[in-house]
Amino acid sequence: MLYRENGQFKTSYRSDQQIFPILQDRLAIGVLLLLAFVAVPLAAPEYMLRAILTPFLILSLAALGLNLLVGYCGQISLGTGAFMAVGAYAAYNAMVRVDGMPLLVALLLGGLCATAVGALFGIPSLRIKGLYLAVATLAAQFFADWAFLRIPAFTNNSSSGSVSVARLSFFGLPIESPAQKYLFCLAILAVFALLAKNIVRSHLGREWMAIRDMDVAAEVIGIRPVHAKLTAFAVSSFVVGVAGALWGFVHLGSWEPAAFSIDRSFQLLFMIIIGGLGSIMGSFFGAAFIVMLPVLLDQLPAWLGVPISTATSSNLQFMIFGALIVFFLIAEPHGLARLWSIGKEKLRLWPFPH
Amino acid sequence: MGPFLETLFGGLMVGMLYSLVALGFVLIFKASGVFNFAQGAMVLFAALAMARFAEWIPQWTGLHDKFVANALAFAAAIVVMVALAWVIQKLVLGRLVNQEGITLLMATLGITYFLEGLGQVAFGNDIYKLDVGLPKDPLFLFEKTFSGGILVNQEDLAAALIAAVLVAALALFFQKTATGRALRAVADDHQAAQSVGIPLDRIWVIVWSVAGIVALVAGIVWGSKLGVQFSLSLVALKALPVVILGGLTSVPGAIVGGLLIGVGEKLSEIYIGPHLGGGIEIWFAYVLALLFLLVRPQGLFGEKIIDRV
Amino acid sequence: MTLETLKRIAVAGALVAAGAAALVTAPSALAQAKEQFFPLLVYRTGPYAPNGTPWANGKQDYLKLINARDGGINGVKAVWEECETGYATDRGVECYERLKGKGASFFDPQATGITFALTEKVPNDKIPLLTLGYGLSAAQDGTAFKWNFPLMGSYWTGSDIIIQAIAKKEGGFDKLKGKKIALVYHDSPFGKEPIPLLQERAKMHGFELQLLPVTAPGVEQKATWLQVRQSRPDYVLLWGWGVMNSTALKEAVATGYPRDKMYGVWWSGAEPDVKDVGEAAKGYNALALNTSGQQPKVIQDILKYVHDKGQGTGPREEVGSILYTRGVIIQMLGVEAVRRAQERFGKGKVMTGEQVRWGFENLALDQKKLDSLGFAGVLRPLSTSCADHMGSTWARIETWDGSKWTMTSDFMQADEQIIKPMVKTAAEKYLSDKKLTRRTPADCQT
Repeated sequence: MLYRENGQFKTSYRSDQQIFPILQDRLAIGVLLLLAFVAVPLAAPEYMLRAILTPFLILSLAALGLNLLVGYCGQISLGTGAFMAVGAYAAYNAMVRVDGMPLLVALLLGGLCATAVGALFGIPSLRIKGLYLAVATLAAQFFADWAFLRIPAFTNNSSSGSVSVARLSFFGLPIESPAQKYLFCLAILAVFALLAKNIVRSHLGREWMAIRDMDVAAEVIGIRPVHAKLTAFAVSSFVVGVAGALWGFVHLGSWEPAAFSIDRSFQLLFMIIIGGLGSIMGSFFGAAFIVMLPVLLDQLPAWLGVPISTATSSNLQFMIFGALIVFFLIAEPHGLARLWSIGKEKLRLWPFPH
Repeated sequence: MGPFLETLFGGLMVGMLYSLVALGFVLIFKASGVFNFAQGAMVLFAALAMARFAEWIPQWTGLHDKFVANALAFAAAIVVMVALAWVIQKLVLGRLVNQEGITLLMATLGITYFLEGLGQVAFGNDIYKLDVGLPKDPLFLFEKTFSGGILVNQEDLAAALIAAVLVAALALFFQKTATGRALRAVADDHQAAQSVGIPLDRIWVIVWSVAGIVALVAGIVWGSKLGVQFSLSLVALKALPVVILGGLTSVPGAIVGGLLIGVGEKLSEIYIGPHLGGGIEIWFAYVLALLFLLVRPQGLFGEKIIDRV
Repeated sequence: MTLETLKRIAVAGALVAAGAAALVTAPSALAQAKEQFFPLLVYRTGPYAPNGTPWANGKQDYLKLINARDGGINGVKAVWEECETGYATDRGVECYERLKGKGASFFDPQATGITFALTEKVPNDKIPLLTLGYGLSAAQDGTAFKWNFPLMGSYWTGSDIIIQAIAKKEGGFDKLKGKKIALVYHDSPFGKEPIPLLQERAKMHGFELQLLPVTAPGVEQKATWLQVRQSRPDYVLLWGWGVMNSTALKEAVATGYPRDKMYGVWWSGAEPDVKDVGEAAKGYNALALNTSGQQPKVIQDILKYVHDKGQGTGPREEVGSILYTRGVIIQMLGVEAVRRAQERFGKGKVMTGEQVRWGFENLALDQKKLDSLGFAGVLRPLSTSCADHMGSTWARIETWDGSKWTMTSDFMQADEQIIKPMVKTAAEKYLSDKKLTRRTPADCQT
């Protein structure tokens, strides 16, 4: 009844091919963006902005990048933490070694370095497939772990291996308060999400999906696997690298290599699986789920009024986290994005059953 | 020459220990096509169960003979692992039949988190001692030929022997018994096995139980070496390059892969490491496996991947 | 609608509800009036839990004692909340953000990594950071690091004292020439911190320093100790935490390295590290910042007022162990800082973070005061000032005799001639990197 496209006629290819062809969708996105850019920074408490929303935004960006590689191109990568680390440290070096480096340029440079590294570690994907590739990408993860601890040039010769940035500013506007940090990350995420959506709708995205579905057949019809796979790794690593730089600069402020360890890689993989592989929307859902869950689980003992020691609480969190992951995979193996699209399908028919 | 031989032996023995953990991966993958990331957590869980039961059984029953306590703890731990296998099959795998590889992988990751939390809630967070009588003192061989002798770690040697015995026992099990034959049939082709009347559910419970027992033995060996605590589950990360090097579906591959990775790791750390500042073991093992995979993408002994269009 | 779709919608609905519920959850209300809030960052899970747990128990038990025996700090009751960090920096930062708004008196992050992260944040939030025997070594300089208090020692003072102890054993610093000393360290900011000082000493006395990093969490040390065996250093320094310590000792036994030639930092010299190895670790030496045992009066009081009443945080057998006592000391220093702040800003009032900071900067715990608090013989007197945020640079060597730790040396003081210039340079570098300035003398009075 509400979600119908009656009367919405398209008179040009351009309008037919837009990302949100249905007016209601465009309105909904508009309202969402308005809320996100205006209402939330004004109304949300500082703790929410700093500890929940900003990490959510940055991790959705990283999940988005990973989804491009795993969901759209089908190459399983467990080394995402390494690419985030490369992005963060490269951006740090750009900031520290070049006087007056603008923040945005530093972030993008971080992304470019991550692209180079990603393409390098993507070369094995030309020969190795499936689970073998997944484990081989762990080589990137552990190598990065080691490199940032051992090579002093990367950390600007800090004796402890820990680096930090302070006093960020974007074209003269300071990025210090939680609201400013939130808006900065939101802006970057919005731009990247738009770019990602357009890439996957372009011929490059279709190449990726062809490789994902049947790589031999794709090669037969003329899609170059080298081009497709390496561009997937490159673009994905760029996005992940920028996300890593944001994570270090905006969220943590000061970090060591352990911030980008294998747990981070697993966390991102969880996000895209739970959210939905091969779906831009899914990256956001997955990130929201994984970011909210520990917060919820932390508050649970307080709500239930049951006093339990932090050790038990922490262990129970692990157990519930694991159980929920398994539950989700059983209930909806295609992720929250599939639930969302089913919901939208139902909404188109509502209030009629079929 | 002496130090080189020492490193070589050390690497070979540690490699056998990795193979022990890798065996669990291979068994499960062979029979059910699931890459069990939870193998490390299973090793930890099994070791915790054994260590704590060994502590508690004397308290509960008043039996203070170490050997009896250990034996009973071993039996109790086996029961726990079989029960775990049954639960996993029923609640998780049974409902994820026919899903994609990556979904199953993520499910086992979820099980990992669950087991790690459960293990610590049920058995505790401390470091627990596991004493099954493995000798701890070093052995020095050939002291006349090489100054200082060649160091042979007795505990590692004993562990390597245990691993070898276990592999032999598993080989016998697979070749000679009816259940073993059924397992091999299921590993070959699920549908064909089902059409011959082999109950897949039961087979998978058996496979996970066997993998659980392998995890228990690995847990005892590693736990006796390092003490039973949380980091034990991280040995799985060291066993992964072994698995992919040897081939996900091959038991001899796990052994050969283990030896190669063990030796490669130790040699690289001692001879290349100092030039790079040290600590290169972990990534070197993966890079080594990666290089082998570039030559043989399915691992040394793995099944060739045939893509049909 | 099919059952399947109903199930799916139920799942979606549950999620939305949970999400909405979480969004409306605000962090709990501020501490009530007349209550001093102490946030406790701890780790009771993960690979470092065996060492972190007694530390956390000591902190909590002391606060319980203050309430039970003294009725609070001049009538202001102590309240606390534990937050599990798992030794992970991002969880530590998250705990900090959650707890700082409740009127936090000070933070003891129990981890060097978290310390580095929080050092950036505390000047804005105006909460002091107590990093007893760990953290940033340069933070000793109070005029550069207003909010950091590495009381009783840093890794530079600690490693300096070890070298002094070794020199004493060898018969003089000149005997160190040509010797080889290996550092087996946790590959993290914690483990790397002593390296600059050891390199300085190596240059001064002509010994060779071999660096052997161990990848965290430190279970894989076989190759490290094979290297030790092959290079045969005269001494091995152990800079580990958690499971790395016991693994190092086990590997030392397995490769036959004499344990009496091993010296550990004060975080590698506690019962959980050697208990497992037992008799085989006999002769292993470590730095000691404090004594242990159930004799000191404060420990007796804890047993009487807290454990006997069934309020003990951990097991009774753990009370008085080395890390437990250190936790008690840390919390005592915090409470004394609050008390000192009350002397200036209002006795019987609740102190803010800024005021507690002043308290930390003006501690004067002489032997008499320590005795009256029940800490006779447990630690050395310490007193802080605006420029000196460390208070005391003394420590001694303890040795494991197979079943317990015994003190085997007198108190030694770190050599300020070497450390002060290093601290100054490091502090200058930090200030210039961050584009900050040193504090003015006027600022010292606030």
